[in-house]
This record gives sequence, C-alpha cells and structure tokens, in this order.
Amino acid sequence: MGKVMPLSGNYAVAYAVKAVDVDVVAAYPITPQTAVVEKLAEFVANGELDAEFLHVESEHSALSAVVGASAAGARVFTATSAQGLLLMYEIMHIASSSRLPIVMGIATRAISAPINIWCDHSDFMAASDTGWIMFMALNAQEAHDLIIAAYRIAEDPRVSIPVAIGYDGFVVSHTLEPVDVIEKEEALEYAPKRVSRPTLDPDRPVTMGSLASPDWYFEFRVQLQDAIENSRETISEALREFKRRFGREYREVDDFYTDDADVVIVSMGSTTGTALVFIEEARRSGMKLGLLNIRLFRPFPEVEVVKYLENAKAVAVIDRAVNAGSSFVGPLYSDVVVSAFKKSLDIPIVNYVTGLGGRAVVKSHIEFIAKHAYSLVGKKMREVKKHYSFIGVRE
Amino acid sequence: MSAFTIASIPREELLAPGHRMCQGCGAAIVMRHLLKALGKDIIIAHATGCVEVTTSLYPETAWRVPWIHVAFENAAAVASGIEAAVKALKRKGLMNPEKKVKVVAIGGDGGTVDIGLQALSGMLERGHNVLYVLYDNEAYMNTGIQRSGATPLYAWTTTTPAGKVWRGEWRRKKDIVGIVRAHGIPYVATVNFAYISDFYVKLRKASEIEGPTFIHAYAPCVPGWRYEPHLTVKIAKLAVQTGIWVNYEIDRGSFRVTTPVPKRLPVEEYLKTQGRFAHLMKEEVELIQKLVDEDVDYINKLAGSVVVGPVERK
Amino acid sequence: MSALPGWRELPRGAVILEPGSSVRYKTASWRVLKPVIDQDKCVRCRICWTYCPEPAIVELDQPYTSRSGKAYKVMYAIDYDYCKGCGICAEECPVKAIAMVEEVR
Repeated sequence: MGKVMPLSGNYAVAYAVKAVDVDVVAAYPITPQTAVVEKLAEFVANGELDAEFLHVESEHSALSAVVGASAAGARVFTATSAQGLLLMYEIMHIASSSRLPIVMGIATRAISAPINIWCDHSDFMAASDTGWIMFMALNAQEAHDLIIAAYRIAEDPRVSIPVAIGYDGFVVSHTLEPVDVIEKEEALEYAPKRVSRPTLDPDRPVTMGSLASPDWYFEFRVQLQDAIENSRETISEALREFKRRFGREYREVDDFYTDDADVVIVSMGSTTGTALVFIEEARRSGMKLGLLNIRLFRPFPEVEVVKYLENAKAVAVIDRAVNAGSSFVGPLYSDVVVSAFKKSLDIPIVNYVTGLGGRAVVKSHIEFIAKHAYSLVGKKMREVKKHYSFIGVRE
Repeated sequence: MSAFTIASIPREELLAPGHRMCQGCGAAIVMRHLLKALGKDIIIAHATGCVEVTTSLYPETAWRVPWIHVAFENAAAVASGIEAAVKALKRKGLMNPEKKVKVVAIGGDGGTVDIGLQALSGMLERGHNVLYVLYDNEAYMNTGIQRSGATPLYAWTTTTPAGKVWRGEWRRKKDIVGIVRAHGIPYVATVNFAYISDFYVKLRKASEIEGPTFIHAYAPCVPGWRYEPHLTVKIAKLAVQTGIWVNYEIDRGSFRVTTPVPKRLPVEEYLKTQGRFAHLMKEEVELIQKLVDEDVDYINKLAGSVVVGPVERK
Repeated sequence: MSALPGWRELPRGAVILEPGSSVRYKTASWRVLKPVIDQDKCVRCRICWTYCPEPAIVELDQPYTSRSGKAYKVMYAIDYDYCKGCGICAEECPVKAIAMVEEVR
C-alpha cells in the first residue's frame, strides 16, 4: 500500500493524476481548483510526472486540448470550477459524444452572478446533461481514489465515456486530511492505459467529428445514452475491484440507518457529513432518521436510490443548486422524484435548497429539515403543499 | 534544391472527390494543394466552417489523412492537444519516436480572426509545433455570407447589405498576419494558389520549421463574392496583380515579397469581377485604390525596395 | 431509411474509418456544362489538373501522339463522375484545348 500523507482535496487529486501516469494535462487556473494544477505543474517540473503540461488560455481551450490529445491516444486530465466549467460546457458534449475517455476534476463552486468563489453545486449540476459519468467525492481520500477509478471506467472499451469527479470547493478542495496515497505501480495495475478506440494516426487515417445529417445524428445520441446506461455494470465492477485491491469501499450510494428510518435525507457532497453527525445524535433521542449519500450522479443510480427509500415515510432531498423556474427547483430532487415515481413510491418527497454560494450548512439546518420532513409523515405526495424551501437564507 | 514548378506537384490526391464544396470553390483548391504539399504524415484539426461540413458528411469523408473537427473556436487548442499528445507518447515509447508527424490546424476567416483568435493566440504563444492554415474567403460563408473581421471594405454581405444608409462593409479587413507576427513565431506567410509554386514552397517551409507557423491563404468564394465559378483562378491572380493581395513571408523576422508585381493593375479590375462590389460608386473605388496604395507603400518599406510597383492604367 | 444501419451497427462517436470514402458520392449531377479536352490541342501543361477543385481531372500515364506528330507521355482526362462543371479548366487552359459543352443526359 501507499503512504499516508496530509493532503487537501486538490492535492489528493493531483497525486492520483500522477499515479495513473497521465500523458497530457491542460488546465486554466480558477478558484478553488487552482491547487490541483499547481501541484501537477510541480510534479512535471520536478520530473515526477512525465506529461505535457499545457498552459492554455481558457477552460474552453483546456478541454479542447485534452479532446485533441485524447483523440490522438493520450491519457489526459483537466480540472476546473464554476465559470470554467460553463466555458467548457460546449466541449463537454462533444467529448462524450465523441466517446473520449477524458477525466476531469471539478472543485465545485457557485456560478456567477454575483461572482462567488465558494462552494455549492451549481457548476456540477449544470454539467449533468452533458453525457459524462459523474461522481461526487465526500472527502480528499475519496477524490483521490475516484480519480484513479475514473480512468479504469472511462477507458474500459465497454464504456469509453468521459468521467468527472466532483469534490466540494474549499470544504474538500482546501481541507487537509490524511490520505492514503496510491502509488503509480498499483494505480497502473488497477487502471492500465487502454486505447481501444480509433486514434488520429497517419498510418490509419480516420475522420472524427464529422457532420451527421438527420439520417445519422439520432443514432449517435442513442449510442451515448445506451453506453452511459450500460456503464453501470462496469462502474460497480471497477469499484468492487478497487475495494479488493485497496480495501476502501465505494458504492454508487451510501446508506446510513435507512432500514428502519421514517425519514430519509438524501444529500450529496460534504453536506452528507454534517447530516450524518446530526442523524446519529437524533437517533439517540429517538428520531428515526436515515441518510442516503449520492456518490454516482450520472448515470443516476435510481435502482439503488429507490431501494433505500422504499421503507421511508418521507424523503428530504438536499440540493446545493437551483434550477430556477423548473418544476423541481433542486436538480438532485428531480432525479430522486422521478426515480421514486417510476416505482410508484407515493410518499412525500420534498426539496430543501441550502448552502448556496458557500453559505455554511450546519447541524441546525439539518435539524430543521429533518423535523419539517417528519411533519409530512403519513401524507401522500399530492398532499404536500410546498415541495421546496430554502434553508439558511435570510427572509 | 531545384526550383519548384507545376511539374513538381505530386500526383497523389489526399483530398478525395465527392466532397460538397461548391463548383469552382477556391478553398477546395487550397485544401487539395495544402495536402499535396504536406503529404500523408500529418494530423489535421479543423475548425467548423464550409470546408469542414462539406468534406465530412457522415458516413463519408474526403480526407485521406487523420482529421478531427471539434468546434468552431478551438481548432488551435485541439491542435495544441494533439501535438502535446504526439510529443508525450513518443517520449514515453507509446508511439514510434522516429515517425515524423506534423500537426496542422485549419480554419476559415471566421474561425481564425474572430471566434478562434484567442485559441490561436494561445497556441502561437505556447510555441506548439503546429502549422496553422487560415483559408480566407472573407466572410462567414458556411452560414450564408455574413461579414467577418476579414471582410474587406465596402463588400456586400448578407449582414452588411448595400442600402440607403449602408454601403456594404464599412470597416477595413483585420490585419491577421500583423496580429500573428506580433507573437514572434518563426514563420508567417501569405499564399495565393494562382502562384502555385510559391504556394508549395511556403507550405513546405512552414511545415518543416519546428514551432508554430502560420499561412494565410487566399480563397475566393463563388457564391459569397458573386462571380461565375470559372473565374476563381482569374480573380485570385487579379488580387495579386492589383496589390489587393500581396504574397510575402516573414521568415524568422526577415520580410520578403515572394511575388513581385512590377506594375499594378487598378483595383477596379479586381472589384468589377465580383458582384459583392457591384454597388460601388467611383469615389468608393477611389478610396479602396488609395488604401491599397498605402498598403503597398508599407509593404515596399518593409521590403526595402519597390517590389510592388505603381498602378499602370491601360 | 430502413436501408441504413441501426445505431448498434455504427462505429462509436461517428468516427469515419474509411479515408477518402466521399468517392462513393458522385457529384456529376451538379454539372450543367461539361468540359471536353481536345487531346490534339492539349500541350500537357498540367494547369487544368492543377486548378480542378474536386479533383476531377486525372493524369494518366498514357502515351499519346497528336495529329501534328507531338508525342506525349501523359494524358489528362475528365472524371465525369465528379466534375461539377465549374469551367475553371477551360478558362485557364492556355491553348483553349478544353471546350465547355452542353451536358446531354
């Protein structure tokens, strides 16, 4: 096994990228992602990582450059946050539809305006329709491990889809934690470089990025949907193999006390930790609360999610993003509701939007959410008057 | 090395027929010879544009070399990534290190002087070993002849129509070569296929030089410039003969006009061949003539002698 | 539509694996006038071949002796499958050896 080092989330990601021996890194600095690329630059500068490091002039070019490099057969990495991710948005769709196994780190951050560099999930959620496989890591160790797993998943010939690993800006990206660092040899044994796709090679010329007319376009979009849907199996296989080799278990979702819970709180990212602390306390005082952490966001693990909600009498979904004007408000909420509806789960599922722009999500917020959701126990979904509320905002 | 002549052009075609570029398309001639000049061992990153869409209509491609299109504004960034990949993979033994591969970015004027300018600047400044070829047909032809930063003064386009108030485009063509050369790259040149040997010599030089190089290629557009398709080469030649277009190179800082024009034709000879200038009044033609005269003076100053001569009226 | 392959059969990501496959698409129907080369007038200067945008003029290693007795090693022939009839070849021919004639289909 590797050695344990005190690392921030950003550094933990950089160490993972080094361990998988990435060939090309292209990134543009943006808070709170910056330290990942600083560390990678240091690795390259010291000869610890043999990679081409592209100091691109924008995030748009960062992703474009790794698209080019991946198309040429290289193992690539980029990372960003917030506005940077939005600037990449156009190319994210092209990367997935072109079936390039790119891996990206997203230190999550609020989207302007007003400009705000702190954590929420507006950026991550904005990328949720781009056809990328998306994970949200809970802590630095997880960010490190999932980056390594991401390469195994992305480059699996059955998948060949880009993977994004989110981790909460500042809360994870800048907080030091002891991280068990996986060494290069082990990482490459687990995630060997696999180039099963056609590449840009003068000896075997191919044309990529062609123009597809109405006679052809549809088929390629369906291909992507089919591939991401079928990636579930490869993903769980990769995570099981990770556990076998490295001892740390990651599942699509984590369930805590859901067996007998009246109310299950669903959350993603660092809020999960706060929620867990509260739930454990509340349980001691007799409140039967459960918690579901969403680790895999795309493809959305609907079967797993519903499995842990089935026995609940009410569900509280915590979002750190707003899709203003939509029928659902919180993006995670929409996925949970649709998943539940498909299984005819007629219980109140309500949405609590909190922690926007780095507003601290504290135990008292979770307490409020839990109590509010508890008040809905016994009702049916159609009896719920208000499906969403903002927690922690000044009225 | 013996001089390059028309007889030296390789026979092998790396651009296949069956592409959907227009009858008499100037850009098609640029592409065909660009490929012949550079040969097989290249990888092309192509910006969105008319050449891109007309050569890669799924499930068929006109390209016989590896080719990728990603988006409109990022050909230079994609090319940067490909070049970096080739470098890293060779160094790490994942690709034959002996194999010589030149990465080439291609963009139209919209994709280069407007939306792709930032990515281009980044690529040039970072020093990638990439040849960037701008085929300039002086407007957004793919979307239907809208003006770009490369549209010349007074040209009609669908977004600079000639009406009671507007007289076609009222701004001058952006000096892209000036912008590119300001990056201090080793080689910048303009080419016009009417002077085919000059075209080949420059493309090959630009390809052989290690580092970022830039070729600005003149590319007449039949529907966009409103002329009959058989006139493409005639018009290209007139562009040089009138001094509207000057073939030159800046090779590691040294400036040289490669197609001297001892006696220029009046710009009117060029303008009258194209419907996009059909609305011009005498004074407007005179103004264009005056501006071209000034440009020529500047070129001669850079050259250190009169390589492009005065206008000779018939 | 039904003759086209389904999504499972298509290469991933719309990659086109066959270089130069546009040859399957014949552009002959674009043509209104067609160029005809007078092999006796032609001086084998290569200009028409050079300026064809398709390319739809082929250079053949086919010896030819003109009526005036000039022997040539090559011949230029129009590939009527692809010629779009732009007329650049006829316009640029320095000896007027190419005529644009009405296309009869």
